[in-house]
Amino acid sequence: MSRTTLDLWVGVFVAMGIGAILFLALKVGNLVSFGSPPGYRLEARFDNIGGLKLRAPVKAAGIVVGRVQSVRLDPVTYQAIVTMKIDEGHEFTADTIASILTSGLLGEVYIGLDAGGDTKMLAEGGKIMKTQSAVVLEKLIGQFLYDKAAAGGDAK
Amino acid sequence: MPDRALSAAAATLRRLGAAAIDGLGRLGFAARFFVAVVANTPAAFRRLHLTLREIYFSGVLSLIIILVSGLFVGMVLALQGYDVLTRYGADESLGVLVALSLVRELGPVVAGLLFASRAGSAITAEIGLMKATEQLSAMEMMAVDPMARVVAPRFWGGVVSMPLLAALFSTLGVFGAYLVGVKLIGIDAGAFWGNMQSAVDFRVDIVNGIIKSFVFGAAVSLIAVFEGYDAKPTAEGVSTATTRTVVESSLVILALDFVLTVFMFRGVHA
Repeated sequence: MSRTTLDLWVGVFVAMGIGAILFLALKVGNLVSFGSPPGYRLEARFDNIGGLKLRAPVKAAGIVVGRVQSVRLDPVTYQAIVTMKIDEGHEFTADTIASILTSGLLGEVYIGLDAGGDTKMLAEGGKIMKTQSAVVLEKLIGQFLYDKAAAGGDAK
Repeated sequence: MPDRALSAAAATLRRLGAAAIDGLGRLGFAARFFVAVVANTPAAFRRLHLTLREIYFSGVLSLIIILVSGLFVGMVLALQGYDVLTRYGADESLGVLVALSLVRELGPVVAGLLFASRAGSAITAEIGLMKATEQLSAMEMMAVDPMARVVAPRFWGGVVSMPLLAALFSTLGVFGAYLVGVKLIGIDAGAFWGNMQSAVDFRVDIVNGIIKSFVFGAAVSLIAVFEGYDAKPTAEGVSTATTRTVVESSLVILALDFVLTVFMFRGVHA
């Protein structure tokens, strides 16, 4: 095999390989920019975050607008403080309600944002005052069974 | 009678000790060999055409088997994954399942196993045969260092080829899953790509996958050149060395994969 054909084949191979890495980065990994995308942080306090995990999506009207950046416990109030990174271009009113939701019965846990009617907007480091905690299924079932038992006792 | 039992026990212990010393000696030899290969890196890149030739033999000629296997692995993953996911009503997550399994694990591991059997065995057989026909000694006689001329280019050819092959494997796998999931089963294309893109992280998943394939490439190439260089210069010795290359490479890939996965993905919730 002559030198030029060999070089050509190696060139084709390397180009294909780099193309594959680019495909993985852009189409599979949805990499738009290196590092963290531009955006701003919001904070919300919840009584119970259920199964919320780092990098869980933050959605408004079902559209992903950001991700959960950190979750920590307030040592005084024993509430969970969730920091979210909201992508640039999405603004939320100061009276936005944040709730912890689950997509489907077994689906992933995410934060849903419902914007209100306030004219002021949340900025970097803004705190979401109205929050709704995760629904813990076990508690709900326990409550249901307890109510059922109480109702049965009354009927006797 | 006790004397004979004692001497039998001593003989067994002696064999064990000899095996341990031999094994340690080989390990030390392999480590020094690795240092020598790395020390000869400038030689491999100064005469780039030698390394390009090895990239051709271990990379370009492995393309067919890598591409076809990747396509079929992706298609089978999609079929089996759909079967399980649909029971939980999560069939739209098929893209996530396939992409994460390919990029994190199957791409580097299966491509590495195929690379070891396709290219690693060929490298061992070639170097072993060069040794058996005394070509390596002839080079030394002509003051040509076989480490720089034969071993280092083959090692670096493998190290360069392997990440590219693994990326191609994963890409074709995702494409195969797309064919089966979207075209054949009829999952919504938007959900297939969208869920995949929101779950696959570039730094955590893709970069770690590339690092894995790079490590496997270095491990397989080192084992292949070492076994060839260390082969007994007989026909039987070369065949034994080739077999050892494939067996050792496969075991090392699987063991390294476990270790790397523990360090890379432990505690990452995605």
